[in-house]
This record gives sequence, structure tokens and C-alpha cells, in this order.
Amino acid sequence: MHNTSDTVPLISVEAIHKSFPGVKALVNARFDLRPGEVHALMGENGAGKSTLMKIMTGIYQPDAGEIHVGGQKVSLSDPRTAQALGISIIHQELFLMNHLTAAQNIYIGREPRKGFGMFVDEARMRADTAALFARMKVDLDPDVEVGTLTVARQQLVEIAKALSFNSRILIMDEPTSAINDKEVEHLFAIINDLKAHGVGIIYITHKMDEVKRIADRVTVMRDGQYIDTLPAVTTDMSKIISLMVGRELADATRATGQGGDVVLDVKNLNSGRAIRDVSFSLRKGEILGFAGLMGAGRTEVARAIFGADPIDSGEISIHGVTQAIRSPQDAVRLGLAYLSEDRKHYGLVTSMTVGDNVTMASWPRFTRSRFFMNDARMREAANDYVQKLRIKTPSVDQETRLLSGGNQQKIVISKWLLRDCDILIFDEPTRGIDIGAKAEIYKLLQSLADQGKAIIVISSELPEVLRLSHRILVMCEGRITGELMGRDATQESIMILATQR
Amino acid sequence: MTDLTLDQAGKTKSALVSTSTLQKGVAFVVLIALLVFFSVFTENFAAWNNVVNIMQATAVNGVLGVAVTFVIISGGIDLAVGTMMTLTAVMAGIILTNLGMPLPLGILGAMASGAVMGAISGTAVAKLKIPPFIATLGMMQIARGLALVFSGTRPIYFNDTPNYGLISPESSLALLIPGLEIPNGVMIMFIVAIIASIILNRTLFGRYIFALGSNEEAARLSGVNVDFWKILTYALSGLICGIAGLIISSRLNSAQPALGLGYELDAIAAVVIGGTSLSGGRGTILGTIIGAFIMSVLTNGLRIMGVQEEWKIVVTGVIIIVAVFVDIMLRRRA
Ligand SMILES: Nc1ncnc2c1ncn2[C@@H]1O[C@H](COP(=O)(O)OP(=O)(O)OP(=O)(O)O)[C@@H](O)[C@H]1O
Ligand SMILES: [Mg+2]
Repeated sequence: MHNTSDTVPLISVEAIHKSFPGVKALVNARFDLRPGEVHALMGENGAGKSTLMKIMTGIYQPDAGEIHVGGQKVSLSDPRTAQALGISIIHQELFLMNHLTAAQNIYIGREPRKGFGMFVDEARMRADTAALFARMKVDLDPDVEVGTLTVARQQLVEIAKALSFNSRILIMDEPTSAINDKEVEHLFAIINDLKAHGVGIIYITHKMDEVKRIADRVTVMRDGQYIDTLPAVTTDMSKIISLMVGRELADATRATGQGGDVVLDVKNLNSGRAIRDVSFSLRKGEILGFAGLMGAGRTEVARAIFGADPIDSGEISIHGVTQAIRSPQDAVRLGLAYLSEDRKHYGLVTSMTVGDNVTMASWPRFTRSRFFMNDARMREAANDYVQKLRIKTPSVDQETRLLSGGNQQKIVISKWLLRDCDILIFDEPTRGIDIGAKAEIYKLLQSLADQGKAIIVISSELPEVLRLSHRILVMCEGRITGELMGRDATQESIMILATQR
Repeated sequence: MTDLTLDQAGKTKSALVSTSTLQKGVAFVVLIALLVFFSVFTENFAAWNNVVNIMQATAVNGVLGVAVTFVIISGGIDLAVGTMMTLTAVMAGIILTNLGMPLPLGILGAMASGAVMGAISGTAVAKLKIPPFIATLGMMQIARGLALVFSGTRPIYFNDTPNYGLISPESSLALLIPGLEIPNGVMIMFIVAIIASIILNRTLFGRYIFALGSNEEAARLSGVNVDFWKILTYALSGLICGIAGLIISSRLNSAQPALGLGYELDAIAAVVIGGTSLSGGRGTILGTIIGAFIMSVLTNGLRIMGVQEEWKIVVTGVIIIVAVFVDIMLRRRA
């Protein structure tokens, strides 16, 4: 059934070049998509995947190159043109309007009308949205204000929006980066259904297992260049990885280590329905994993400890001393760091430079007499981390919003490493990060623990929790439902606890 | 993957800088064009006398513009700058004329009262979470009312403080370089602008102002004491209003308690023409000063050309819209 090479591709792009100031994002890139296939696009952070997709949807104009849709040469001068040609996209970064409802977001700009086109047909819009959600098997209210939803649910709205166009070409840029396993299953079911109807899907992801499961072909990009296209099922994962990375990766070994003194002790933490009677302790040199399904309350616990949200009751001691942490500022002063799961809203000031962001939590340290900024020293420190974490940016003076998603995440991590806190809470630290960088971040976390830092890692990827944690706490519906030693834990044992009520 | 990092770094930086410098550049070109236009088509525009007039007229709006630039970059707005200016002038009048205290105390009093009023606005915004527009709208009325109450609704003259004219209309520069009679008020505006520029671009405080205006939540989660820096921003704005209050009352040799309303809109217009984003996180002091000059050159030039007073207001409105439009176009292209 993959014998479709003789049919006309739905879309093909060739010899695409695209430069931004200081960055050659695409150099001779190419890609093609056949009817009824899932074509995965893989590559490291900053390889140019999102840029290529933005060219295929009319958001960016290529500097050079040709685009054919259904065998016809076209020029995609704006997103509307692309939409009219049957191309739609689920963006990596969410582009939703927070104050509008889910239904309003999905049908923005093409609202169904009534009364001679004078009024929006709210009832139909709502019904259509409900139908979309039903098809995706998600339990969402079309009338809910999008801003009140978690990142995961927002991503579902974004997916629904893309589906609503009924396009022949559907691009998914890391659609599963925030949603849970069950939701991923539903998405895959929809993808299979679309395939059967001849829709072509371009699927960008950093997750190998997803590629194996749903992709027909894989195209690998590196440094803006086309590298190769391979059949997904028969090609070895390691082959794809080495094409992506262009170098050998460190071996995956499980973390080992045991803690020293207790540095953080949380007793009977409560906050509304999100956190119920949570108690645990964290030791020096330990990596404590927090596993659980999306919405289990892990982020809420982290934010409460960090003073970002108020708590109802509970006691937090740091280095044996009970502390009242009322704001993130208190927390940072006590040596706590929190790396948020939602980098764009909570982690970065995207209009400021890479250097500014890396040093942001430590600005007072980069001053002369606590008044004048010492930009030279700031740049130097930032440069150090750009190299250490291999952040792909033309310089530390680049505006952060111009970096690829994964590289932005590395900046947030750098910020807290530079701050030199001794209790680090990482909430989904590798979301959207490529395989190579992931391995580096794992190595980094392990070495931080070896240096005596105490680390909490919240992650929805079980292999990640298993790989990193010395000890694992599992949460479900706001409670801690169990504790496992890293050595003995398995995906199954975690899942059992994660679904225990 | 790191090979593109170094060689192009320099190029990128210049490309980035150019968006904001471009906007300043546009404002600057507009200013020059206006100057040339009026010099060619009117007789008296370029006369030294008139140039001094223009500078005088710019001083107050320029200083107020600087005050409000800080607040706008931090993501807020300050509608109270005009009436706070008036209140600080009245305070100077009370201290110098009514209480007969020495000049330095009057200067200090004006600046300190401005800073306190600003800190109150800032506290309302930061601690009570009142939207800046509302909080400073309230402060605008409070300051206006207090100015009238404290002065007994009558102007306070500075006849007993002979040196008061030193603040604005007189020119100390002319004593050093005869002929170069730039009024002190104008020199004060330039000094305020230079110091403000340094604070904004070179200090920790300035960096926090940009961070607040760009993403306050991210700054908070980085452990930044957001409330403190916000209050400080409004207090600084108030303090600079105090300087404006001194300049205007020195020029009029009196504190006019009924004055002040409407000055905030001119100041905001200067900021916007100068390319500072009303949504925060982006802007420059130099742009604001150029913006203030554009407004006074326009007013002055049109007056000399004999254009009806009311039409000048219309033209100023058009300039604001055009300036922002050009800014948006430039940013889209970049
Ligand atoms: N508007 C822009 N201005 C300047 N540089 C840009 C812009 N958009 C992307 N880039 C740069 O182009 C390169 C490719 O970025 P792109 O977002 O396509 O990467 P990606 O493959 O999607 O990475 P990720 O997996 O991290 O999402 C990066 O180096 C990025 O910094
Ligand atoms: Mg991307």
C-alpha cells in the first residue's frame, strides 16, 4: 500500500532556501507528501523543520525554491492562499486567542452566518465544534474560554482547529508535546482515519516511537539541509538518530545515586482540589522523579512550593528550617529554582536577547555596584552556556523569540543553572527537545546531582522518569499514590499507581 | 551545528539594532524635513529667537515624555503626569513663596512630592492590582484637585525667589559661550534625557523595566521582585514630573494650579511618535525627545505660516497616526 510513488504528490517543495538575519535556516531543503501517507520530518532543534512548514503554509516566503501543489507550481503568498489550496497546520507554538471560547477560536475568520450573513450562527458553530471534539473523543466544552485551559487542552483545541478545515494536506508540528498518552491514542486513530481518506500528513516530532508507529516515510534534516528520506518501519532507529545528529550519542544508562541530608521537606501540603495532603522529602544529591498523568497535580505542587501560587495549608522546610515562601522571590532567595512547563508564558521574555534571558534570574550579580549592568560579563556567562548546552543561535544578542522551540527550552534551563540554586525543580525539562540535546540534558542533571544539588524532575514521559530518577513519586488527582525506587520501577508499576484513585 | 554561530554574529546584531534605530531614524528624518520645510517656506522660522521659542516649548513636554516613557516601557501607562507636574509646581510655590524657605528646598520638595505621588500610583498598580489606566486616571484627578486645594485656586508667584528664573528661562550657557542662549530649562531636558537613557539601558533597574513590559510573569517566576520595581518605575516617573513642574513654573514665574490637564496626552503622543510601543517592552528616550521636538516644531511652524490654531491640533493627530503606521510597516518588513 506504500506503492504510491507513481501518483502525483499532494505537495512537493524543492531547492528551498531561506535566510534570517544571521541564520541560514534552510539550505536546499526539499520535501514531498503523497496522498494517504504519514510522512515524518525529523531533525535536531533548529534544523529548520518549523521554518520549512511555515513556507509550505504561506507564513514565510522562501528566498529561492519551488512549491508544487497537486503537480501545479504555486506561490503561497499568505496563509489564506495555502488554506484555499487545502493545506492546514497545527503549530508547535500555540496561536490561540485566550479570551475567546474554544468554538470561537476554531472558527475564527470563517464563522458560520445566519440572517443574511449579518449574524454569527453561534448555535451551529458550537454544534460543529462539539462534533469535532466528539470525533477526537475529547471531553471539552465548546464554550470554555481557551485561556483557562491547560497547555494540554489548548493543544487539543489547536488540533481540532486544524481538523476543521478538512484539508488534504495536514501538517502537525510536534502535536503531542503536551498531551497525554490516551489523547495521543485518539489522535493516532484520527490520523489513521484521515489516511484512509487520502489525506496526507506531515508529522514533526522528536519521539522515535511515534514515528515507528504511525509514519510511512521519514525525512531527516540537519542544519537546514535535506539529508535523506527512508521508510519508517524498516529503518533502524539508530540509523535515523545518527543521520539527525551527525555524531555519536552517549549511552543511555540509568541514573544511580543516593541522597545525603534532607534539603527540602514538604508536609501536608494542601491547595484546593489540586493538591491534597502531599508530603515528601528531597535529599542532597538526589534526583526525585514525579510521575503521573497530565493533570495529576505535579505542576501545582511545584508552583506551590515555589511560591508562585498560594497554598491552603502545609509546611515547607528547607535545610531543616521551616520557611514561609510567599513569592517566587522568597523561593529563589532560599536557593529554589523552578523551570516552568510553559516556557513561552512563564519561562522566557521572548523579546529580550538570549543573553538577557540566560542571566535574568541572576541580573543583580552582573552589575557594577548593584546599579550598572555589566553587559560584557553577562555576555560572557551566557556564551558559556550557549556552548555548554549547544544552543543554536547566531549570538547571545539574538532576540529569543527568533530561536527554535527546543533551543528556547535550553535557555530556560541555562537560566537556572547559572543562578546556581541548590534545589532545582524541572517541569517537563525536555519538552520539544531533540534526542541529542536530551541526552546532554540528562547527563547534565546527573552531574548536577553528583555535585550535590537536589533535583525534582516532573515528566510525563515514563522512559525519562525511569532513566533519570533515583526515586520516583507517583501522583494521581492531587495525591501521592506511591513511591518507587528508581532501580525497581517499571513503566507498568508507575502506570498502576498513576491511575489509582 | 555551531558553525554558524560566530562569523555572522556581528551582522545579526546590527540587523537587530536597526529596527529600533530605523524608527528613531524615521522620526529624525521627519524632524529634519519639517525644519527644512518651515525654514524655506517661512521667513521667521529659522530666526534664533524662534529657535529658542521652540526649544522652550519642547522642554516641558520632553521631560514629561521621558517620565511616561519609563512607565510605558514597563507595560503600564501614566495619565497623571500633567497634573502631577502642576501639583509639584504648587508644592514649590508653597515652600518658596508661602513658607519662604530657600530655593534648594523648593526644588527638593517638588521632586519629592512627585516621587511620592508616583509611588502611590505604583502601589495601587502593583499591590492593589488596579489597572494602570484606572489607577493613574484616579491619580490625575487627585493631583489636579490637590493642586487647586493647596493653592486656594490662585496662582502662586515666585516674586520673592529672584533666582527662580534660573531654572528655566535664563541661560547659564550664554555666560560661558556668549551668543549661545539656550535656556536652562532646555539644558535640563537634555540632562534628564541623558540620565534617563543611562538608567534605561545601562542599569539593573532599566533592564527590569524592559523585562516587566515584555513578560511580567516570566520575570516574577525568575525571582524578580516585580512589585518593588513597578512602584519604583512610577515613582521615578513622578520625580521627573517634579522636574517638569519646576521648569514650567519657572518659565511662567508662577505655579498655575488650573494648568496641567492635557499635558499627559501630549507627552504620550511624543513617546508614541518616538517609536515606543504602547504595549510595553520596547522604546527609547531619544525617540521620545525627537517626538517632542516634532510636535513643537509643527505647532510653531504652522503658527508662523498663519495656519488657524485649530488646524494645528488636527495636524498633530495626523502625525501621531502616521508615525505609528510607519513604525508598524517597518517592523513588519524586518
Ligand atoms: N523569524 C526568524 N528570525 C531569525 N531566525 C529564525 C527565525 N525563525 C527561525 N529562525 C532560526 O532558523 C533555524 C531553524 O528554526 P526552526 O524553528 O525551523 O527549527 P526546528 O527544526 O523547528 O527546531 P525545533 O525542533 O527546536 O522546533 C533556527 O536556528 C532558528 O533560530
Ligand atoms: Mg520547530
